[in-house]
Amino acid sequence: MADTVVRTRKQPSAPGAPKEVGRLPRAAVHHPWWFALPAIVVFAGFFLVPNLLNFYYPFTNWSSYHADIAFTGLDNFKTIADDGSLLRAIRTTLLYALLAALFQNGFGLVLALLLEDDSRFNRFFRAVFFLPVLISALATGYVFQALLDQDGAVNAVLGTDVPWLGSPTWTLVVVTLIHGWKWMGLSMLIYLAGLKGIPGEMLEAAKCDGAGPWRTFWSVRRPMLAPAVTFNVTTALIGSMNTFDIVQATTGGGPAASTEVFNIYMFRIFGQGLYAQASAMSLVLFLVVVAVAIPLVVGLRRREQML
Amino acid sequence: MTPVWRYGRPALVLLLAALAVGVPLWLVAVTSAKPQAEAIRPNLDLPRHWQPGSNYQDAVSQGEMLRGFVNSLLVVVPSVVLVLILGAGAAWVFARRKSKLVSAAYALCISGLLLPPAVITIVMELRQLGLANTRPGMIAVYTGMYLSTSIFFMTGFIRAIPMELEEAARMDGAKPSRIFVRIILPLLRPVIATATIMVMLYAWSDIFYAFFVLGGGERATLPLNLYQVAGAQLYLNNWHLVFAYVVVMSLPMVAVFLVGQRKIVSGITSGAVK
Repeated sequence: MADTVVRTRKQPSAPGAPKEVGRLPRAAVHHPWWFALPAIVVFAGFFLVPNLLNFYYPFTNWSSYHADIAFTGLDNFKTIADDGSLLRAIRTTLLYALLAALFQNGFGLVLALLLEDDSRFNRFFRAVFFLPVLISALATGYVFQALLDQDGAVNAVLGTDVPWLGSPTWTLVVVTLIHGWKWMGLSMLIYLAGLKGIPGEMLEAAKCDGAGPWRTFWSVRRPMLAPAVTFNVTTALIGSMNTFDIVQATTGGGPAASTEVFNIYMFRIFGQGLYAQASAMSLVLFLVVVAVAIPLVVGLRRREQML
Repeated sequence: MTPVWRYGRPALVLLLAALAVGVPLWLVAVTSAKPQAEAIRPNLDLPRHWQPGSNYQDAVSQGEMLRGFVNSLLVVVPSVVLVLILGAGAAWVFARRKSKLVSAAYALCISGLLLPPAVITIVMELRQLGLANTRPGMIAVYTGMYLSTSIFFMTGFIRAIPMELEEAARMDGAKPSRIFVRIILPLLRPVIATATIMVMLYAWSDIFYAFFVLGGGERATLPLNLYQVAGAQLYLNNWHLVFAYVVVMSLPMVAVFLVGQRKIVSGITSGAVK
C-alpha cells in the first residue's frame, strides 16, 4: 500500500491510484507506523502491562495457598511494614545503590585518567580492566566469595581472620565494592570518551595560564566531563537498585538480612509462595526507582545545560 | 609531565591490574585445576596436583553444561535479534516523524531505561498466556526489557543520518521497506554492534529473570546451572568445579568482545556522551 502511495506522489496522474490515499501526510507515507508496531506491542505486552498489573496484585491475596485471588486492600503492605522488611529493604537498597554508584564511578574515573593517552600499553590495559564487565555477575560473586570467605584466599594471604562477608555493618560496603569492581570498566570507557571530547586547545590554554594538573582537572576537565558523569551516575544508580546476582552469590542477603535488597527479598518471598507480598515489594521498588530517577535525571540535565 | 609520573603511571597501572584483575582471575585459573581436597579452602597457591582436564570434564557433565549452553543460546540469540530488528524499525519511525503522538510513544518506549521490570507480575501474565517456563516466554521478557535501550540508542543515531540519503532512494522509487533494509539497517551497523554486545552481556549472564520465568529443569540456562552447581548441598565447597564452570561460561563473552572490540568500545562511548 505504502508503495502505491509513494508513486502517487511522484506521478500524480498515475491511473488507478486512489486519490484520498495521496492526501496522507508525507511522514505517514515515508515512515509508516507499522514499522514501530511490533516493538510497541512487545514492549507494551511484556513490560508495561506487567508494571500495570503490579498496581493491582499487591492489593490481593494471590499466593500458592489460595486457588482464587481476592482483593484484600493494604494487608500485604501492613505485613511487610510491620515485620520491618519494608523499611529495611528501602534503606539497604538505597545505601547499596549510592555506594555502588560511588565506587563504580570512582574506580572508572581513576582508570580513565590513568589510561587516557592512546598508547598501545593503555589500550591493552583498558581491555584488561573491561574483563570484569564480561564475566557474569553471578560468577563474579562466587569468585569474591572464594576470595573473601573467612577461610578464603585473602585472609590466607594476609594472615588475618577477618569475616569480610560476615559483618552486619560492613559487609554491605564490601558487596558494593565488588559491584563497583564488576562495572568499573564500563564507566571507564564512558569517562574516556568524555575526556577525549575535551578540545586540546582548552588544555593548552590552561597550561599557558599556569594551571597545574590538579587545577586543570578541577577547572577544565571536570566541568567538561558533565555529560559522562550524568550518564554514568544515572545508569549506575538505577542499575544497582536492580541488583541481585552479586548479593545472592556472596551473601544471599545476610548476615542478619543486612544486605537484603529488594530483589533478594522478592526472590525469597516468591519462593515461599507469597506472590502478592512479593508483588507489593516489587511495587515499592518501582516507586522508589521513580522517586530517585526523576529528580536525578532532571537535576543532572539542568546542571549540564548550565555549564 | 614529570619524570616520576612518566614511570610511575605505568607502574601504578600494572600494580592495579595485577591486584584488581590479576588476583581474582588467577584464583579462578588455579582453583579450576586443583583436586577437590586442595580447593576446599580456596587460595592462590599453584595446584600441587594438576587436574584441569578432569575438573572441566566434571563441570561439563555434572553441571549439564552442554544443555545449558544450548538453552542459553536458544533464548539469548532470538532475544538479541528481536531487540535489534524491532528496535530499529521503531527507532526509524521515532527519529523521522514529528508529532505529539510519536513523541509520546517514544517517551513510553524508552521508559524501560529507568523503570524496573515488574518481575512478579510478569510471571502471572506468562502463566495466563501459557508461556510460563517456556523459551518464547523468556524471549518475550528479555525483548521487552532491552527494547528501550536499543530504541534509545538507535533513535539518536538515525537522527544524525541525513534525510537526503533516504530521499534519493525514494526518488528512484524505493518503498519504505526497501529503504529500511537497504539504507537504514546498513548505516546502523555500529549501533547494532554495541547493542548486540550489551544485550548479550545482560541476557547471557542473567539469572534473576531466568529464575522466575524459566525456573530450573529442562530449559535452565548456563547461569541457572552454575547456581545449582554452586548452591546444591552435594556440591558445596566444590570450588574446583564452580570455577571450571565459570571459565567455560565466560569464554564466549570474552571471545565476542575480542572479535568486536573496536566497534564495541566506540559504540558504547559514542552512544553515552551526547
